Amino acid sequence: MIVIRNASVLRADGIDQSTVVIEGDTITSVGTEPVSNGARLIDAKGVWLGPGLVDLHVHLRDPGQTWKEDVGSGSRAAAAGGFTAIVAMPNTVPPVDGGSSAVAAIERARAVDTVDIVVAGTLTEGRAGKEMAGFDAMYEAGVRIFSDDGDAVPEAGLLRRIMAYLRDLPGAVVAEHAEDRSIAGEGHMHEGMVSARLGIAGLPGVAEDVIVARDIAIAAEMGAALHIQHVSTARSVELIRDARAAGMSVTSEVTPHHLALDDSALEGLDPNLKMYPPLRGAEDRSALRSAIRDGVIDAIATDHAPHAPSEKAVPFEEAPRGAIGLETAAAAVASHALGEDQRIFFERMSISPARIAGLERQGRELEPGSPANLVLFDPARRWVPGSFASKSQNSPFAGMELTGRVLATIYEGRVSYEGELI
Amino acid sequence: MSTGPQHGLVSLRGLGRDRLEGLLDRAQSYVGSLVSSELAGATVTTAFFEASTRTRLSFDRAAHRLGAHVMDLSPDLSSTTKGESFKDTILTLTAMGTDLFVVRHWLADAADLAAEWSGRPVINAGVGRREHPTQTLIDAMTLRQEFGHLDGLRMAIVGDIRNSRVARGHLEAFPTLGVKLTLVGPTPFLPNHNPWGVRVSTELDDELGDVDVVYLLRIQNERGASQAIPADQSYARRYGMNAERLSMLKPAAVVMHPGPMNRGVEIDDAVADGERSLILDQVANGVPLRMAVIAEALGGTG
Ligand SMILES: [Zn+2]
Repeated sequence: MIVIRNASVLRADGIDQSTVVIEGDTITSVGTEPVSNGARLIDAKGVWLGPGLVDLHVHLRDPGQTWKEDVGSGSRAAAAGGFTAIVAMPNTVPPVDGGSSAVAAIERARAVDTVDIVVAGTLTEGRAGKEMAGFDAMYEAGVRIFSDDGDAVPEAGLLRRIMAYLRDLPGAVVAEHAEDRSIAGEGHMHEGMVSARLGIAGLPGVAEDVIVARDIAIAAEMGAALHIQHVSTARSVELIRDARAAGMSVTSEVTPHHLALDDSALEGLDPNLKMYPPLRGAEDRSALRSAIRDGVIDAIATDHAPHAPSEKAVPFEEAPRGAIGLETAAAAVASHALGEDQRIFFERMSISPARIAGLERQGRELEPGSPANLVLFDPARRWVPGSFASKSQNSPFAGMELTGRVLATIYEGRVSYEGELI
Repeated sequence: MSTGPQHGLVSLRGLGRDRLEGLLDRAQSYVGSLVSSELAGATVTTAFFEASTRTRLSFDRAAHRLGAHVMDLSPDLSSTTKGESFKDTILTLTAMGTDLFVVRHWLADAADLAAEWSGRPVINAGVGRREHPTQTLIDAMTLRQEFGHLDGLRMAIVGDIRNSRVARGHLEAFPTLGVKLTLVGPTPFLPNHNPWGVRVSTELDDELGDVDVVYLLRIQNERGASQAIPADQSYARRYGMNAERLSMLKPAAVVMHPGPMNRGVEIDDAVADGERSLILDQVANGVPLRMAVIAEALGGTG
């Protein structure tokens, strides 16, 4: 039994200071219970207690690139970041693109007892952008989120056939990494003031906008559920806002780094700040911050993308794309976008992503009977990220002071991470 | 000789007018000078990861004239294509006793990284599409010789600016020196953003009557620039400097080009070889200017 006292508790009808009692994998009471003997007692005055965080976008690199990350290290990083569920992108080596690879990935995920690892599958066979992936076998194995993340489906005709098929599978979501390669070319950073000055090949924002517009048009015709991954431009936000206003089920996510940073941070050509989509201009960043507050963008997702230190210690233009994000997400989001409002914070970091992924034991307000997947987060604690539980250290926030820190994570009633509890 | 990476010339960005003019003065003092032994005992390494015989020879000659020993990274080494071997090469050459690196590379941060890895001063001899600082200073020196001053001059930089490290160097230093810049070219050749806040024009003929300097750049086909415009002769018609356009200039105006030239495209023979051309003066100033930069980097008093 775990008893958490004095925390600011996210409940269905508001936030109150209650005592939360956890027995087994379930919350058994929320209120003013007397404390029984033998309980583990956590005093959490001034600390937010809410449903464990849910990340729709994680690269575990397992199988195939386990020098960067594996299921074990990625799970520890997730727990340290307050996550109780993460969606593993299918661009492993080999990719998850059919029944056998999905079953193998799900079995590996089940062996982990510190976080739910939700396996996503590709949209196309071999993630090659040519033929449909083995949807039925993956769906039967339990896969609901499909994405060729790293690339958009290149041909509109193929995407249209995919959506026509997936709309018939209840709960299936087409998740797109929106980037038109014919526009993006071999760019290395946002095409803006900094790329112009340094003469670095740029990634224009319109490369994202055209895919978002295309995908919305096809999803509208087909009635398929569309999820736009890591939205990064102001124009994408407008397109998504308009589509939702027209009644479409278009959901989207934004990364903590796109909320916290813009391309002005790239003057020093730090390879740890190289990711796709790239850090955009200041106007894009402010549109993203408004959109995550307003709810036009539903969810925060990290796009946790580990690369080994030696792989990043190279010239900027030769560095691989991606940044780790699990262990700094909550703090970066609280520091730069949603630190004021406990409800919106948990909506965007837990409740909405759990709904998009269809996870019944995640993203639930704290009421008797709710699953005990929880995070204790101190929104006022200042700290400077330094080293990480992830195998990789390519964080854009290393050395940067953040406000807000995960103190403990509880997964299915057990403490999966314990930081500096006061 | 105790110098560090901070003494090199990686970028012109943010350099003050005093430092820039000091380099030009020092370069001027080397014009026509005989061999000196100012840097006797020093080792200058030219590390060119991109072919440029002209620039490399100019640095080589400048270093020799100062009495320095020169190590050259041989072409087979420079055929390396990965940053990791770039790092190994820099570390090896450092261990072999390099006091100063002269780096040419296709990567934008190559000079910064060479300085970081080696702990030695580095002179940027052209990196990525970012900057080619000595070319910029050579051009400033040439213009100062021609006009006696730089303040108040107006220069049109014409051509494939988007791909030009020379233009980016000019954009960092010429405004500091009082030269007003206008970027001229078809939109696909202009930078897609203007962090320098300079004038931009797509019509060369509108600019010619107002400028003191027409600075021509070649189309960098190796960077894909030829695909950005139609593959016909329209570029030469709209932007090529020919005899007719020469006649539209102010009487004292001059024409410059950093080379190599594509005659008949951005510049006609009559212009390149004509009396308004400073192109050979630019070449001649290469050695004294690079002597000044090398001597400054290695802390010689000059
Ligand atoms: Zn992606």
